[in-house]
Amino acid sequence: MSQLKNPTRRTFLKSSAAVGGGLIIGVALPGAFRDANAATDSKINAWIRIGSDNKITILSARSEMGQGVYTAMPTLVAEELEVDLRRIKVEIAPPGEVYINEMLGGQITGGSTSVTEAWEKLRVAGAQARMMLVSAAAQKWGVDASACRAQNATVTGPGGKKATYGQLAEAASKLPVPKDVKLKEPKEWRYIGKPLKRLDTPSKINGTAEFGIDVKMPGMLYAALAQCPVLGGKVASYDASKAKGMPGVKHVVQITDGVAVVADSWWQAKQARDALDIKWDGGPNAALSSESIAAALKAAAAKPGAVIKKQGDADAGMKGAAKTVEASYELPFLSHSPLEPMNFTADVRKDSALLVGPIQFQEGAAGMAASITGLKPAQITVRTTFLGGGFGRRIDLDFMAQAIEISKAVGAPVKLLWTREDDVTHDFYRPTSVHQMSGALDAGGKPTALKLHLTSSSVTSRLFPPFVKDGIDPFMTEAAVVPYDIPNQFADVVIHETGVRVGYWRSVSHALNIFANESFIDEMAVAAGKDPYEYRLALLDKQPRFKNVLQLAAAKAGWGKPLPKGRARGIGLMEGYGTYMAQVAEVSVQGGQIRVHRVVVAVDLGRMVNPNIVEQQIDSNIVFGLTALLYGEITLKDGRVQQTNFHDYKLLRMPETPKIELHIVQSTEKPGGIGEPATALIGPTVANAVFAATGKRLRKLPLRLA
Amino acid sequence: MASLNVNGKTLDVNADSNTPLLWVLRDTLGMTGTKFGCGAALCGACTVHLDGKPIRSCSTPLSAAAGKKITTIEGIGSSDVGKKVQAAWASLDVPQCGYCQSGQIMAATALLTEKPKPTDADIDNAMAGNICRCGTYPRIRAAIHKAAKGA
Repeated sequence: MSQLKNPTRRTFLKSSAAVGGGLIIGVALPGAFRDANAATDSKINAWIRIGSDNKITILSARSEMGQGVYTAMPTLVAEELEVDLRRIKVEIAPPGEVYINEMLGGQITGGSTSVTEAWEKLRVAGAQARMMLVSAAAQKWGVDASACRAQNATVTGPGGKKATYGQLAEAASKLPVPKDVKLKEPKEWRYIGKPLKRLDTPSKINGTAEFGIDVKMPGMLYAALAQCPVLGGKVASYDASKAKGMPGVKHVVQITDGVAVVADSWWQAKQARDALDIKWDGGPNAALSSESIAAALKAAAAKPGAVIKKQGDADAGMKGAAKTVEASYELPFLSHSPLEPMNFTADVRKDSALLVGPIQFQEGAAGMAASITGLKPAQITVRTTFLGGGFGRRIDLDFMAQAIEISKAVGAPVKLLWTREDDVTHDFYRPTSVHQMSGALDAGGKPTALKLHLTSSSVTSRLFPPFVKDGIDPFMTEAAVVPYDIPNQFADVVIHETGVRVGYWRSVSHALNIFANESFIDEMAVAAGKDPYEYRLALLDKQPRFKNVLQLAAAKAGWGKPLPKGRARGIGLMEGYGTYMAQVAEVSVQGGQIRVHRVVVAVDLGRMVNPNIVEQQIDSNIVFGLTALLYGEITLKDGRVQQTNFHDYKLLRMPETPKIELHIVQSTEKPGGIGEPATALIGPTVANAVFAATGKRLRKLPLRLA
Repeated sequence: MASLNVNGKTLDVNADSNTPLLWVLRDTLGMTGTKFGCGAALCGACTVHLDGKPIRSCSTPLSAAAGKKITTIEGIGSSDVGKKVQAAWASLDVPQCGYCQSGQIMAATALLTEKPKPTDADIDNAMAGNICRCGTYPRIRAAIHKAAKGA
């Protein structure tokens, strides 16, 4: 997801909360939901709690799902607060209005927005807290605040006076929040921009990190859920007599999404679930197949769409061209497949609910919990664990609703856990798409016109409908427009719903549109008889940041220099989330198998909080993007997803991982996002290299040569 | 009732003998460091050692583990190799979401115990069964080499 301009936040909140199946629940988020960690510590502000023992807790309003916010968010606060980052405790924030992501309009972790959105806000919060602690010390000592200094969680004053933050916290918490805040100059930064170690690493290498699946509650039971194999289908009838007699089984209950078995252990629950005899009503999707979906998508693509770009006269440009190029690109449905299967733990009682799990959308969770339980916000506690991967899947909260319903029905704390098969077959899939492109070249091969026609499904229509206006979903048109200097351009978009529920998937529409656009500019270069790097470069005179990363990637990759026999290079360029990136991939093809050997990434993401995490994110995105490119495909037959586990929904493994080299442009621009863009760009970069290696232009994903 | 030797301790567990070891560890013994990823020995998240050899606990019944020495992520730091692997993991900041890392560390420790100086090909072979959806593979490889050098 990218930034939503002009967030009409209240409208958004009232109308949206992600609930499985598209049910929309109004969310009132008055900041009154309970904090699971309501401590006796003094709360200096929403981000900082300080104990009298000088223990400092910094809250992260974003969920940690691998991308490093558990480290990056506190870094911004700690820098200005003047505390040792290694000494602080980190907590994920409860639902609360103050924690809303202003760029997305909700308390959501997504869209590679965390750092960009927090950049000013959290440094200001840290500085305000520091000033309040200094003021408290100055008042205590009867001196002027300007004579006091904060360092390492301690304030020092004239005559060797000294007090820890812990000793000052209570008084400081009662002081007014300073309005006039001066932030540190970049040259004064101790943490920001430095490759610091992650704060969550120690617990993630000894088994103590708490993921959703690890949550324990006293008296907790375990649940496994049978959901209709046809997406969107329902239970017609069921016979639980066999399941009820199986060891450990305590309850069998029907909920909105299926039939749950609750037992003393998860394995017992799962065995009994598999013994349920359920008759399903597949509903309207019962006959859905990949073939019928593709045919309907193509039919929809024949219609004109909502216009997103009109510059010059593209049709006239096409008519007057020396040469024209046309191509159509097709992308499949994809599953998120985070390694931790969907799960959630709920303890719903008459007058309270404790809800703990791995989620990307605390605000939606709060609204959903209030709606299902009928409890007041003050009776509901939502706590977020570590996420064993998110990638957009855990913005949807179907699994949470299920756990709440089950706990409510059986009157006990329940941990619901899906199997991998449940997960692959009941995802909110990345939408399938068709991209029809045409381009015009003049006699010298220069592009004079470009037309793009995108047809795909809208995730936003299901999750946040008010943001879809006049046939345009802002998250569908990300990166739909090219950066190249082409005088006549036209782009339009058709929203077509296939019947398959779709979700935001890492890099969202960047991955779709960038694949089409960067493949097509390559095709235009070939039609012009030009080198694909030189061809792009010549069209970027007005785009210095694009041009810079393109040149850097080409130089570092040795573009144009000879390669070992059988190897070839491809190049790609993009902007996403305020980050500019170019990649060069080296591939070989043997016996129809594509092997990616080396990927060079050049990136300008503006200011960075932590280059160590930036490097991790690049590795992560390349691997994630290659999985989609080389393997990713969800197909349907009779309304059922045909893939079930990692044998038929393959994920990239160690031996297939290329050497990845990262080159970062030192930049003082505003921070961009880094959690997603490289995922989108590796697709066309490798596809372009495959063309260079084989002469075959692959326009359909996953890449298949045979 | 079965008797299990987990990380050097003998524990009595009351579970059906067909129950996969993973669920005995996680639900019966409350040792949640070992993870569930696929339930079909396809992803390696549930890797533990049985008499020093890496096995997929999601597909190993309790009956096959009884009487053998089981080592999990909670106990791997007691061995010299395990300690070196964890140190290398920390030094190179390998984990991202962290969910697969217990299994990765167990697989890497088994590899280094058998082959103290593994080649890249050895690493590919030994680690190919462990999926990391976050793609920490480059750092895993580097950390294994680092641990081999003594960390």
